[in-house]
Amino acid sequence: MNNSLVVVVLASGVLYGTPLLYAALGELLAERSGVLNLGVEGMMLVGAVMGFWAVQRLPGPSALVLAAGIGVAALAGAAMAAIHAFLVVTLRANQIVSGLALTIFAGAAGLSSYLGNDLKLTGSPARHQFQEVFPKSLQDLPVIGPMVFGQSLLVYASWVCVILVALYLTRTRTGLNVRAVGESPAAADAMGVNVAAYRYAHTLVGGAFAGVGGAAFSLSITPQWADGLTGGAGWIAIALVIFAFWRPTLCLLGAYFFGAFTALPFALQGHGVTVAPELFQTLPYVATIVALVLVSSRAARLRFGAPAALGLPYVREER
Amino acid sequence: MRIERRLQQPWWLAVVVPIASLVVAFVLSAVVLLLTGHPPIRSFHRLFDAAFIAHGALSETVVSATPLAFTGLAAAVAFRMNLFNIGGEGQLYGGAITGAIVALLMAGAPSPLVIAGMVAAGAVGGALLAAIPAVLRAFFSTNEIITSLMLNYVVGLVLEYLIFDSHSYLRDTSGFQASVFPQGKSLPSEATWSSWSVHSVALPLGFLLAIGVAVVVWVLYARTRFGFEVQVIADAPRAGRYAGMRTRRKILAVMCLSGAIAGIGGASQDGDFRHQLDPRGLRQANYGYTGIVVAALARYNPLAVVPVALLLGGLQNAGFALQGVDFPNGLVGVMQGLILFCVLGGELFVRYRVRFERGPRVTKSPAPEPTP
Repeated sequence: MNNSLVVVVLASGVLYGTPLLYAALGELLAERSGVLNLGVEGMMLVGAVMGFWAVQRLPGPSALVLAAGIGVAALAGAAMAAIHAFLVVTLRANQIVSGLALTIFAGAAGLSSYLGNDLKLTGSPARHQFQEVFPKSLQDLPVIGPMVFGQSLLVYASWVCVILVALYLTRTRTGLNVRAVGESPAAADAMGVNVAAYRYAHTLVGGAFAGVGGAAFSLSITPQWADGLTGGAGWIAIALVIFAFWRPTLCLLGAYFFGAFTALPFALQGHGVTVAPELFQTLPYVATIVALVLVSSRAARLRFGAPAALGLPYVREER
Repeated sequence: MRIERRLQQPWWLAVVVPIASLVVAFVLSAVVLLLTGHPPIRSFHRLFDAAFIAHGALSETVVSATPLAFTGLAAAVAFRMNLFNIGGEGQLYGGAITGAIVALLMAGAPSPLVIAGMVAAGAVGGALLAAIPAVLRAFFSTNEIITSLMLNYVVGLVLEYLIFDSHSYLRDTSGFQASVFPQGKSLPSEATWSSWSVHSVALPLGFLLAIGVAVVVWVLYARTRFGFEVQVIADAPRAGRYAGMRTRRKILAVMCLSGAIAGIGGASQDGDFRHQLDPRGLRQANYGYTGIVVAALARYNPLAVVPVALLLGGLQNAGFALQGVDFPNGLVGVMQGLILFCVLGGELFVRYRVRFERGPRVTKSPAPEPTP
């Protein structure tokens, strides 16, 4: 039963969807504050390489080393995001170009490759990696076993993060302020909210999430380091935020949907069905375009759409 | 410290600030090199030698610069109107696909005809792809950033499908080797674009074409009514509408023009350099994304795109040439990113001026502002 196609695809959808989920949650926080950061891919890669470095170099028990690895990955991601935040919030630069610059700076042919090479990280597997936490008996439960109990701590932590972010945005004062900053920075400013501080903070936290997402690759999915390890996951995460209408809970579903589409062609091959994986993998992107068109009407945009001030610099004197 | 908008931009700022930004970017790159224990001067020296000075280096730099000039122009054309077409990558693939199909179909025809056919097909392929986000933006007000970005992946995957996972017309299916290592059919010799040598620097037809396109785009934007209307719609959409300008048509026209230019870049890849449809090569090169960097560095001025493409193409070419030797991997990307960060940051000093004030702000009569 647990070898049936659906279960295998859903279980690996959770595995492959987890880095997307972390990155998308981070991007969601940044976008909700009005900062579009297209540098997710770069932040993920730097997070992946630095997290991997920490795990390779630090002594100590596995759990502590892995925790430190995640912490370093988050810091590295946040450091990358800080460049973007400085450029777009303080220097009022174009957010699109700055985000692309960040991807080029940090990405597969940039800083992440430079660091991986300089710290001599390529070629060796991770010394510690995230393992399944539940005993084998639970993992063998039909259907929910592999999906729910067959996962590593990173997956469970991501569920906690989804709940926390969802509660934060709807149930706390700061969370509501963030949404105000993203929708109408002028009004938020008039309320006494420090727009620049909010944007800095959420862009940085977003970068930290992206870094953790990258580390999910280098410490869990493919426990090693190689140039361009994330293979475009950062871009999918950006699409995912839109696909999820800027809602954390929908991000969770979307991430597993996208993850399942990555896993499906391989699982089908295992069952003797050959489909062209390339054509299959185009489906999530096409689905994102369709979803975006559906929410583009004026009425839907007010209800489900992007934060109104997304991508726009806020200058008090020029509002 | 206060930042205030400049009422007048002195003409020299537009020259001094980008150059100063470049200098700062090189200083920052030197810091990165120093921190990681590489001698900066020696690394830079090797980089510039491999890019511009060594024997044959300049020809290779032109090869790297040609696609960047096309994608840079494509981005500049669209970004000028605040249409953020980041689908140059996919539109270039599209042009490469249609260009290769036409080259194979027209095998046997006279070479100039085949080349003209490839250019036209590339332009049409790129324009059709760009038309998708354009129509969605014009009629459904869907954000073109995301749709054009998503299409990059769709077209990239289709490109791989055509060569690696199907028995398409474009795939080479003859012989044993082709069945083990899938690759595109070799294009007929008539489809090889000509190239001229000037002072032992090879200038491929694609590069000259890019210069031609740059001039045409400059004239179009600076000297015609179309360009004027594009500028008005970009700066003041409402004013444009009140004046009766057809915003939707402009969106379609500008996006298709942008896509067509990127598509010609794809056809030039087939005809000038690769002589087959080469999915791996095209996808690894990231011409479309780097093109946006080129356009931003050129401040969306079409005439500046070509020299900037040569600069970034030189860096890229040097990165390839030095790969494998004890040269820091990824330095090229770091430098490209730093250059772009600095130019973006420097933009502030063109548009704004920074004033330093000491102590508590006392009320004093403001200095008379120069009236524009």
